[in-house]
Amino acid sequence: MSESFVPVEHLRGALADQRLQSAIYAATGRLIEKRAGAVSAEALPDYQQLREQAHRVKRHALDNLDTYLEQLEENIIAHGGRVIWCATGAEVADFILNLAKLRGANLIVKSKSMTTEEIDLNERLEHHRLEAVETDLGEYILQLAHERPYHIVAPALHKTRYEVADLFTARLGVERDLVIENQTLTARRVLRERFLAAGIGITGANFLVADSGAVVVVENEGNARLTSSAPPVHIAIAGIEKIIPRAQDLPVFLKLLGRSATGQPLTVYTSFLSGPRRPGEMDGPEEFYVVLLDNGRTKLLADADKRESLYCIRCGACLNHCPVYRKIGGHNYPGTYSGPIGAIITPQYAGVLKHPWLPFASSLCGACAEVCPVKIDIPRLLLTLRRDIARSRSWTERLAFGAFAWLGTHPRLYSLAGSIAARLAPRAKDGWLRRAPFLSRFGVFRKWLSQRDIPVPARRSFRKYWRDRAKGAPTA
Amino acid sequence: MTREGILSRVRAALGRPPGIAPAPPPLYFSPAQRGSEERVAGFTSALEALAGRVVHCPSREAARDAVTAMIAGKSAVASRSSYLRELRLPVDVPDATAYREACATAEFGITSADYALADTGTLVMLSGADESRLVSLLPPKHIAVVPVSRLIDSLDQLLQRLPRPAAQTSSMVLITGPSRTADIEQILVRGVHGPGEITVILVAD
Repeated sequence: MSESFVPVEHLRGALADQRLQSAIYAATGRLIEKRAGAVSAEALPDYQQLREQAHRVKRHALDNLDTYLEQLEENIIAHGGRVIWCATGAEVADFILNLAKLRGANLIVKSKSMTTEEIDLNERLEHHRLEAVETDLGEYILQLAHERPYHIVAPALHKTRYEVADLFTARLGVERDLVIENQTLTARRVLRERFLAAGIGITGANFLVADSGAVVVVENEGNARLTSSAPPVHIAIAGIEKIIPRAQDLPVFLKLLGRSATGQPLTVYTSFLSGPRRPGEMDGPEEFYVVLLDNGRTKLLADADKRESLYCIRCGACLNHCPVYRKIGGHNYPGTYSGPIGAIITPQYAGVLKHPWLPFASSLCGACAEVCPVKIDIPRLLLTLRRDIARSRSWTERLAFGAFAWLGTHPRLYSLAGSIAARLAPRAKDGWLRRAPFLSRFGVFRKWLSQRDIPVPARRSFRKYWRDRAKGAPTA
Repeated sequence: MTREGILSRVRAALGRPPGIAPAPPPLYFSPAQRGSEERVAGFTSALEALAGRVVHCPSREAARDAVTAMIAGKSAVASRSSYLRELRLPVDVPDATAYREACATAEFGITSADYALADTGTLVMLSGADESRLVSLLPPKHIAVVPVSRLIDSLDQLLQRLPRPAAQTSSMVLITGPSRTADIEQILVRGVHGPGEITVILVAD
C-alpha cells in the first residue's frame, strides 16, 4: 500500500522553531503585501487581461512546442550561437565538462537558476574538480552552507544575519560582521574577482524567445549580467517549457513576473540575450550556448490533463500565499521546487507514488490559483494527482470508500447506517474520534485518524434533532 | 541523437506530426498614451522611487557641466556612444584592449541609452559598437545622459518599436534603478553586484 501520510515527524522541527516560523511568516507576508500593491486596480488596471493573455500564449507555445523549439534553434544558430539538446542532467554536465576542458576553463560563475538546482549541476561539476561559484547573494550563502534553496525567489529566506556572519567568517576568513550592508559588500568583493577570472558563465533563462533566438534573464543584483557578459563563454541552461513565440509577447510576461514575485513593475535588470558579441562590440561573450533540457518535461507534456503545470514562470507567488508553505517552509518539500507548484510538478517528475503525501498536503483553499500570473489551476491539478494516487490504493481502502460512496447515494440506508453508527460509536474523552481508546487499538485506524480531526458522532443525528424540534420536543 | 529524441518525444506527447504551428494568439499591448511632459514627470518619479537620481538639463552644454561636476577628481570611463561624443565630456574612452580593465577600476561609468521608459524609470541599452555591456555594470556609479526625445511610454511601446531586438543587437538590457538585493533578512541593500547609484541626466534638446 502506498504511503499517503504527511511525514509529520519531519515537519515538527520546522513547526517548533519559533525563529524560523516568524522568518517565513514575515518574508512571505511582505511579498504578499508588495504583490497586492503592484497588481491593484490602480497600479495595473489590465491585470486580469494580462493573466488571460499569458495563459493563452503559454498554452499555444506548449501545444506547438516542437515547432517553436526548432524555430528557436534556427534563430540562435543564425546569430552565431549553438544549441545543445540534453535529455538529462548528466548530459548537461558532460557537455560543460568537455567544453571546460577544451577551453582550459577551471572556474565557472553561475547566476541563480532553479533548473541547474534540479539537475544538481554544481555537485556534478565539483565531482570532476570543476569549481562552479554561485553569484546571487542568497545562492552564494546557500552554497557556502551546503543547503538547497528555501524559496524559488528568495532562496536564503530562512537565514539570519548571525548565521551569515558565522558562515562568512568560517568560509571566507573575514572578521565577524553583523551589518547586512557589510556582508553584502564582502560578497561583492569576493565574487567580483571571480567574475573577472571565470572562463565560463552559466545562467538560467526565464524565457526562450523563439522568433529571436534569445534567452531572457531577469534579476535584481546584476550577477546574471556579469555572468553573461564578463567570461568569454556564456551558457544558458533552460527547460524546454520556457519558450514563448515572440519577442512582442515579453511585455505581458515581464509585467506579470516582477509584480507577482516581488511587487516590482520590472526587476532591476532584464537581459535579452541573442548570441555572442558581434563585430565592433567592445565586450560580451565570444561563444554563446543554449542548453535545452528535457529531464522529464516531455512526460508532463504527454499528460494533457496536467500539461498546464508547464506554464509556470517561477514567480513564487503561490508559495507566499500558501498556508501550508507558510507553516512547513521550503525544505520540507521533496525535490527542488517547493510550495503548491512543487506539489504538482515534483510528483510528475518523480512519479506520483514516490511522495504520495505531497498532493494531499494542501487545504485546497485556492489562494495559489488566485495569484498565479499564468492562471494555472493548481487545486484542480492537485485533485487530479490525488485521483491518480487513489487509484493505486489497496483494494480494502478502495472498497471502503466505494461502499461509502454507494451509501451516500441511498438516503434511507445512509440515514439508517448513520443512526446505527451513532449508537455504536466509541466514546472519547475530548470528543475527538482519534482519542477513542477502542479505535486506537487498531493500527490502521490510529494511522488514518492521526491526520484527521473527526469528532465523535453525536448520539442523536441531525435529522432526528430536526424532527424532534418540529414536534416541540426539548432540543438540548 | 538527443535532439531527435527530444523532438520526437515532444511530438508523441502532443500527438502531432512535424509541421508548422497554427497562428499564435493575437498580440496584447496595454493601452497607454502620454504627452512628452507627462513622460518626463513619469520617468522622474518612477526612478526616484527606486532611489535613482534624475537631473533635468535644458541643453547639451548644461548636461556636460553637470557630468563634469559630478566626476570632478574621480575616475570615470565613458562608452563610445555617438551622443556622448557630441557632448565632448572630459572623459577618456579607452580602446578595446584596455576597456574592460578601465571599467573594472573606474568609480563612474558614463553611457547614453537607446530608449528610456517613462512608466518604470527604465533605461534600455542595446550593446553594439556604441555601447558596451560592462561600462554600465562594473563601476559602482552609473551616469546615463539621455535626450528627452528617446523617452517612450512603456515596455509595450519599446517592443512595438523594436519587434525583433535580436535583429539589431546581441544584447538588450533594461536597467530599472540601482542594483539591489534583499537576500539577507529581506533587508534592502543597494549596489550588490552592479552600480549602487544611478543618475540619469535628461537633456531637453
